[in-house]
Amino acid sequence: MSSTYGIIAVLVVAVGTMLVGTYGLRISRTTSDFFVASRTVSPWWNASAIGGEYLSAASFVGIAGLIFAHGPDMLWFPVGYTAGYLVLLALVAAPLRRSGAYTLPDFAEARFASPAVRAVASVFALGIGWLYLLPQLQGAGLTLHTVTGAPDWVGALVVAVVVTTNVISGGMRSITFVQAFQYWLKLTAIAVPVVFLVMAWHAHGARDLTGPEFPEFPKQTTVTFDSDTAFRVERATPYNGSGRVDGQRVDGGAEMPVGDHTVAAGTRLTFPQGAAVPHVRSIPSNTNDMWALPMRGGEQFPLYAVYSLIIATFLGTMGLPHVIVRFYTNPNGRAARRTTLIVLGLLGVFYLMPPIYGALGRLYTPELLMTGDTDAVVLVLPSRMIDGLGGQLLGALVAGGAFAAFLSTSSGLMVSLAGVLSRDVLRLRGVRGFRVSTVLAVLVPLGMTWLVGRVPVADMVGLAFAVAASSLCPLLVLGIWSTRITTTGAVAGMLAGGLPALVAGLVTISAGSRGEWFHVFLARPAAWTVPLGFVVMYVVSLLTPRKVPPGVNHVMVRLHAPENLGLRSQDRL
Amino acid sequence: MSSPQRPHTQRVVVTSPRTRAPRAPRPYPASREIDEQSELGAVYMRSLIRTQRRLGLLLCAVVCGSVAALPLVFTFMPSVGAQRLFGLPLPWLLLGGLVFPVFVLAGWFYVRQAERGEREFAELVERS
Repeated sequence: MSSTYGIIAVLVVAVGTMLVGTYGLRISRTTSDFFVASRTVSPWWNASAIGGEYLSAASFVGIAGLIFAHGPDMLWFPVGYTAGYLVLLALVAAPLRRSGAYTLPDFAEARFASPAVRAVASVFALGIGWLYLLPQLQGAGLTLHTVTGAPDWVGALVVAVVVTTNVISGGMRSITFVQAFQYWLKLTAIAVPVVFLVMAWHAHGARDLTGPEFPEFPKQTTVTFDSDTAFRVERATPYNGSGRVDGQRVDGGAEMPVGDHTVAAGTRLTFPQGAAVPHVRSIPSNTNDMWALPMRGGEQFPLYAVYSLIIATFLGTMGLPHVIVRFYTNPNGRAARRTTLIVLGLLGVFYLMPPIYGALGRLYTPELLMTGDTDAVVLVLPSRMIDGLGGQLLGALVAGGAFAAFLSTSSGLMVSLAGVLSRDVLRLRGVRGFRVSTVLAVLVPLGMTWLVGRVPVADMVGLAFAVAASSLCPLLVLGIWSTRITTTGAVAGMLAGGLPALVAGLVTISAGSRGEWFHVFLARPAAWTVPLGFVVMYVVSLLTPRKVPPGVNHVMVRLHAPENLGLRSQDRL
Repeated sequence: MSSPQRPHTQRVVVTSPRTRAPRAPRPYPASREIDEQSELGAVYMRSLIRTQRRLGLLLCAVVCGSVAALPLVFTFMPSVGAQRLFGLPLPWLLLGGLVFPVFVLAGWFYVRQAERGEREFAELVERS
């Protein structure tokens, strides 16, 4: 892909984001402006902002990449990300808004009046936020690398700098504008190319996407390996190239027999048109018709893996710190519900697109199956399918949209993380504390990008969801709907569900092992940690009935009674 | 304190024409019962919370439950997963497109019911 247009698109998005942010700076004056935009945002603005913030690197590039590699089982990611909002709407939206707090620890305090519950909730909010910020930065690195060939850390640094500047200068008010703008930008960036891609596919003869053959190189293709790669060859393949294959120095033409092979970093291999594409070891080799069937991912416990993903995404959304902070910008509980309903529609429209990229990628960019850079499929596809200037412009549009995805999600995460840090950890009040915390909030994940291995973006986001679903989701759901939950029960439940999920996630990220039979239980922990969190929280609460927080009935009135009754219990901010 | 020459006075009954004005509130309106955490107020609140909780859980169980049953169907009835509809494989059509309008409809239904529940609660509290 020609890098010029891509660089211009990324620059336009970055500068545009900063400009919209500065516009917000003029009207953002008080602390309340900073944190929740003074609660004057209308449902449509708010819903666009939620959509803009929620559609992250995982949604924009990750889902298409996973579908491209693993098939329809991965459709559960977009389904779960959307269903999470339905669960949030039905179980927490209005009461959460009526609790009248800024951050999740604020909710814990409002409901339980206990510093211990608040402290544990803060720790999990921070952990989830950082776990979620990490793949955004990695995705930004991947995008800039694909577009310009720059090293991975450049993109991460660019996103970190733009977002920090923006959040520091404008806070949430400007972020609301930025986010709302970015939803529509992202939808345009992913939907417009789809129209042209499908037209191009028709013009090329509408080849069957689910044929009985292995993915083949559509034309003579040169593959460059950035790192040592192990892959499997299903059909003996001639190639031409230079570098190291299976430990042997290669220069010129040869044939690759069926079986497992390795190449060293820096190797360039050219494959003829029609050769079957070797698959990197982490992706199962499937013919296109097998790939298109559900539950054929080749994992050891496919049913467990799918249900764990369903539980994590359906229940995890409500526990994400940047999602929750958005609900405080609604004027009342009723508006919070209507906002969530609009969000459901906005997400549904967006998620129609990534599967199309994933499926077309099987025909047009199969060499990504060989390098393992499956997350790049959205970025590479337009310029590969459409020749000339049109393809390059569409590629630039997609790159700009992807960058918008990293910027907006990171902004939302930073605002909520900085809120938690300044109020609960550093205990610095006011605008200055918020700014100091913002810098700290970005430094930690930026440091982590150097430490962790290469985990697919959507998988890492899935881990953040699993931790949220096992710790903060029980706190919210049981806290809102049951008067029996005690402070001891709340702390025990969050720890019992959240800690194992967090540890499993960290082990998966740092070790990245794939072979062991128990790998799936660590990589997708939600199916056992979420029930653990709920059961422990409820049972411990029943065992410690004297620790029910005083004034729980008062809190319940505040959470559930409609605002227009003029109850004194509801007087607040 | 008696005045020797009282001016001619007359009693006049003054009535308000606002015959459709609301009745004077009871000495103890329900909103005050709720505010003061009386037994009666607690009963009011418990009924509201129970209604809303039942609605929320029912919606999640029906919608998410039926969507989440699909992996079981695909595993134990592989022929369903291999079906095609409108030229697209059934799993792709369901998970990549049809579930989203279902979620929006379910959300719309929930918002309507939840707001109705709150309106009825408000009427109950204001009437008493």
